[in-house]
Amino acid sequence: MSAPLVSLKGLRVSFDGQAALRGIDLDVAPGESVGLVGESGCGKSVTWLAALGLLPGRASISGSVKLDGQELLPARPQVLDRVRGGRIAMIFQDPASSLNPVHRIGKQITEALRLHRGMNGAEARAEAKRLLDQVGIPDAARRLDAWPHELSGGQNQRVMIAIALAGRPELLVADEPTTALDVTIQAQILTLLQELRRETGMALVLISHDLGVVADSCERVCVMYAGRIVEQVPTARLFEAPAHPYTRGLLGALPPLHGPRRPLSAIPGGVPEPWAMPTGCAFAPRCAMHVSACDANVPEQVSLARNHRAACIRATLPAPHPETVYA
Amino acid sequence: MMRFFASRLLRAAITIVMVVTFAFIVLRLSGDPAQIIMGADAPPEAVDAFRTAWGLDQPVWLQYFHYFGAIFQGDLGRSMRDGRDAIVLVTERIPATLALTIPALIIKLGLGIPAGITAALHRNSFIDRAVMLLAVAGFTVPSFVLGLLLVLVFAVQLGWLPSGGQESWRHAILPIITMGVGGAAVLARFTRSAMLEVLGQPYIRTASAKGVPWRSVVWGHALPNAAIPTVTIVGFMVGSLIAGAVVVESVFSWPGVGRLLVVAVANRDLAVVQCILLLVAATMVTANLVVDLLYGLLDPRLRNQPKRAAA
Repeated sequence: MSAPLVSLKGLRVSFDGQAALRGIDLDVAPGESVGLVGESGCGKSVTWLAALGLLPGRASISGSVKLDGQELLPARPQVLDRVRGGRIAMIFQDPASSLNPVHRIGKQITEALRLHRGMNGAEARAEAKRLLDQVGIPDAARRLDAWPHELSGGQNQRVMIAIALAGRPELLVADEPTTALDVTIQAQILTLLQELRRETGMALVLISHDLGVVADSCERVCVMYAGRIVEQVPTARLFEAPAHPYTRGLLGALPPLHGPRRPLSAIPGGVPEPWAMPTGCAFAPRCAMHVSACDANVPEQVSLARNHRAACIRATLPAPHPETVYA
Repeated sequence: MMRFFASRLLRAAITIVMVVTFAFIVLRLSGDPAQIIMGADAPPEAVDAFRTAWGLDQPVWLQYFHYFGAIFQGDLGRSMRDGRDAIVLVTERIPATLALTIPALIIKLGLGIPAGITAALHRNSFIDRAVMLLAVAGFTVPSFVLGLLLVLVFAVQLGWLPSGGQESWRHAILPIITMGVGGAAVLARFTRSAMLEVLGQPYIRTASAKGVPWRSVVWGHALPNAAIPTVTIVGFMVGSLIAGAVVVESVFSWPGVGRLLVVAVANRDLAVVQCILLLVAATMVTANLVVDLLYGLLDPRLRNQPKRAAA
């Protein structure tokens, strides 16, 4: 992997003393697409909100966030304002409420153009129109004067992407960008993100709870569980050789497209509460491969193959068939 | 837009008619003006003569009918006490009331809104707690208590300011402060919660995520949204510019509309009371109408509603 564009090291976040992130190590290379999956509350979004300083004041953050070697934790507000939207852009889950209801679409795009590219007036407006064209909004010139409530959810998300592109970012973090949208629109937005990545060469971090979405769009997948990354794996290997029992459990819960119908296997139990985190592996209480050594220490990530690492002391064992794991 | 305006105008007219009708009925049920104005010892013939002179011997529905007929001819009746036109009696008091309520409104806005914004931006900090403590105090102490406290301290103890009357601008200071403090407290609490609500919205995070400096996020993105609910309260305050000083004018013996109302009610001076109520209803309704129009100006979602409904 070339020198990372963004490098997170030991990133920890807690809210009112309750840990939400328990040490995230993650590198994103220039132009790379990384998927971040995990269930609700595992810290996928918090990771990037923390990296960009977008969490509320009551969050306490430690660790390191480096952009091209420059430390952002902590960074002066002026530095962060240049990074946000300029070098790292972020789009969110609910596009309808992510746009300011009292500003026109055009104004919300030109604001980013003014901040990051020094454009004003007619020049900014022309560029905003070009961006709306680029994200596939029909009749872009007229849409510049529309209000967010006059557009559909999918169109609003396209506007959000246009705003994100305005600063020509090197990395776009898409936080569940399709969760609030219809399935057909989801596919369109994901395709658009892929096209834009090809056109602009920016890196993409796609946060999702949907393994399928991530597998389609990303070269590499990071699986998160209870505030940690438990497995980092090239997408191709994810389905062939999942190493962490949690990842295997997630895959076992997917309905198969081929072969006979079988009951979906669910992972028993639930995610431990932040105040009752096990001393060892957080997944141990639910794990079918659990042994007493799992409870001793929080497992380090071990390398299993090129670009494939898992935080499990039993990850090198051959995977049992998903059906037999959680029968 | 025209339909919106026309329906609001019709509702406003109905409101005014209802207020006037209600006042008409209540005033006639609650005491006999002839007896009160002529005095308890007046001979019955004199009282009867008074009733006949003012049309009080007619059936109530006929009085009501005459009264409304007169209103549409611009005649709001005459005071039963000194026979002058009620409208003249009331309008000559308006400047005195506005001399209190307009400066008080400026204090409410100038103190309440910035205090609320500051508290919201420093949520749960010392500043927030201090502002909210003062706001709760200012909001719970009734104006007659605060007025009397101020008189006690600044007029009686310190002797800096007069305790009542209308001889100079110095007489206006205590009543203005009394009114301004309560309103500022209400507005501070309201602005704070409106700001907190808005600051928690996803579009505020979007603005930060695209690199907008925090100052501009607050001014350009949060305030225009927080203004929408705040306008309601401000509209209410503007609407009570004429009638909002009844208590304070009484405490400070300020000869405004409020005191005239108290005296007129005590005397069952029907025309004067009704004239004031008509005026109050009209200003309140006008202020509400302006607020409705302002909503449309501030919130594009409301502006487009009729169009969307038609589609």
